[in-house]
Formats: sequence, structure tokens, C-alpha cells
Amino acid sequence: MSTLQKLREAFRTALDLPADAPVDDLQYQDNEKWDSLAHMSLIATLEDEFEVMIDTDDVINMSSFQEAIKILGKYGVDISE
Amino acid sequence: MSVFTLPQAAKEELLLSELSALTEHHRAACEPYARILAASGFEKAATVAELPWLPVRLFKNLELKSIPDDEVFKVLTSSGTTGEVSKIYLDKHAAAEQTRRLGATVQTVLGPKRLPMLLVDTKAMLKDRKSFSARGAGVLGMSTFGRDHVWALDNDGVVDLDAIRGFLEKHGSQPFLIFGFTYLVWLHLYEVARDNGLDLSNGILIHSGGWKKLIDQAVSPSEFRERLSGVGLTNVHNYYGMVEQIGTVFLEGPSGGSLYCPDFADVIVRDPLTWQELPPGETGLIEVISTLPTSYPGHVLLTEDMGVVHGIDDGDWPGKRFSVIGRLPRAEARGCSDTYREAA
Repeated sequence: MSTLQKLREAFRTALDLPADAPVDDLQYQDNEKWDSLAHMSLIATLEDEFEVMIDTDDVINMSSFQEAIKILGKYGVDISE
Repeated sequence: MSVFTLPQAAKEELLLSELSALTEHHRAACEPYARILAASGFEKAATVAELPWLPVRLFKNLELKSIPDDEVFKVLTSSGTTGEVSKIYLDKHAAAEQTRRLGATVQTVLGPKRLPMLLVDTKAMLKDRKSFSARGAGVLGMSTFGRDHVWALDNDGVVDLDAIRGFLEKHGSQPFLIFGFTYLVWLHLYEVARDNGLDLSNGILIHSGGWKKLIDQAVSPSEFRERLSGVGLTNVHNYYGMVEQIGTVFLEGPSGGSLYCPDFADVIVRDPLTWQELPPGETGLIEVISTLPTSYPGHVLLTEDMGVVHGIDDGDWPGKRFSVIGRLPRAEARGCSDTYREAA
């Protein structure tokens, strides 16, 4: 599985979305499933999946799927097809 | 990175300019607020203390917001002891900003890394994710600063000693975060740690929620600190904040005994009869000031809490240091909000 697919999966799992739900344009709190509780579960899922430890500021700034790609990049995780 | 950097004079200069601009912003954008200002005769403030304050109770009586309905992103509510509910309206910008500023404030004592976190509370509180209690919202807001969260209480609110022991075995030899409401920490962590010989010496405790229940048990803030240090817990930070100024917390410094104001906030203690600012050492009503409320006119609020300023530029961090003593008896608080209700 590509890292991009893994990231999509992680979002669907953490936000409790259907297996085929589009996630690439998701924004924090625009989707009703992505609330503050789900956010913590998302962070935990990303940390497990990509074996990183995300700093507080990055947890706060992870406001969209696209932002997650950028932030994971800072930790050396290249998200691509 | 710290948000506790500005000496008092520099802070007041900054706050006077930012808050004067905010006052004009809210005057233009929030009609009830403009009417209150007109009724009070306010024109311009020459000092921070002259900025017009609203009684915090007013948010229970009036819909006060400075954004159009279609920009309301979140409505925060707090139920007080009286059952009345404050409504605080945030747009996207204000919601993001309050999270960021709270993050910056707490990172002053926690550092940039998220620490393993022991929550002195029960997960059951978050069961209904659409409507958390104020306690639930506090716990959830703070959980951003932690990882590998473990709840110290089970779903029935009973101490889960196995969970606490498991947490300490895994994380107890490195710095970790403990968060909880003051009386829960006392009842369900301090006493349990003492009776079971738990080692909390790498813990950093952040706690809030008022002292009333502890004072009923004759535990003073200084005794709280002293007894916690008896179980190894010496990094202890109380904080004071309210939903009407969400994102702004006044944090206890490392040596204890005083709360400090972040660079974007301040407090003034006023005589509850004359409303004059009181000098350090004298007890009065606490006014809280913050640049964060941009979507509702909550930037200068007179609380119903009594407090005292202990000193200025003479503690762990620059600026004022103060304590919250307790609540103003309800009857006495009526005068000001009634006046404002009539004016509004």
C-alpha cells in the first residue's frame, strides 16, 4: 500500500468514515466526524501507522488532510502514490 | 518559547493599544455592546484600567457577538451554579487562535513534546460527544498536550489503581503529564499515591477547578502543594480561566502560590463598592483582560471571583502575580449586571 493510501485509511479509521469515503479535501471540523475527540484518535493513529511522535504545535496545526501531508513530511514521512 | 515575557509597563502599553482597537471593533460590530458603551458614556481609555468592562454574567443574559450569524463556527456554553448559561460565539479565526494561545501557554511548562498523560477523571464524561460538560471540555482541550492517555478513574468514577500502576510502570521514569480538577486530584490521586506508595516524582501536574471543595475539607492551596510534594509531585501548576475568555489561562508559576498572566492577558483587582483599582495586597473583584475575544466583546470582563494581586514584576515570571480567593456572594454581584441590563 502506498503511503498516500495508508494516510487515507488512517483518516477513515480515526474519523469512522466508510471505506470508500473521499478524504483528500477534508478540513478539521468541517466534517462533523472530525471533532476534537476524533482529532486525538487521528493523531494516535498517524503516530502508530507512520511511527512518528507529533509535537503539540503540529497537533494544533493539523487542520486538513493536506496539512497532515505537510506535517508528516517534517517528520520524514513522504506521502505519495 | 514562553508567553510570560513582558514586564508590566510594556504589557500595558501593548494591551492598551490592542484592546482600545478591539473595543472599537466590537462597538462597530456588536449593537448591544455599542448601546452599553453609549449608556456608560465611554469614549476613550488612557490606561488599561479605564477600558470599559462587562460583567461576565451579561453573557448569560444577552446574545453578544461581533460576527454575522453565518460566520458562527462554534457556540460554547457554560452553566454556572445558577443554571443560567453563558453563550460564547466563535468564528473560525477565534476558534483556531484560542487553541493556539492555550497551546503556547501550556507549553511554557510542558515543552514542545507531548508527554504521556494521566487524566484524573473518568472517560464516561465524554460519552455524549455532542454535549460535554465544562469539565469534559476542559479535559478534552488539555488532552491535546498529551499522548498515550490513561484515565485514573473507571467508568463509575472509582479509582482504577491497576490503570495508574500500569501507566507509571510504562511512563513513570520519564517526564509525564497529570491533568485533573483540583479536588479530584486530591481525593483520587494524592490519597491513592500516599496510601499505595506510588512514585509521581516525574509528573508535571496541571490542575484547575476551584478550591471550594478542598477548603471545605480544610485543605489550603499551600497545604495542597506541600502534601503533593510528599508523594514526589513537585512540578505543580494550578490555572485559572473561564469559558467567557476561552484560550486565556492564568498559570501558576514554578515556585507556587501565584498565578501569572500571559503576554496577551492581564488582571485588575477592583474594589467591589467603588470599582476603583486596588493596590497589591488588597482583596477585591477580579477583572480579566485578554486580546483573544475578537468574535464577541469579552476582552474586558469583570468576574464574580474575589482575588488579590501579590506583586508586580517580582516573581517567577514578569508582570502581575495574583491569587483567586473565592466567589463573590451572589447577592452582592447583582448591582452591576442589573445596571448593565437596564443600559442594554
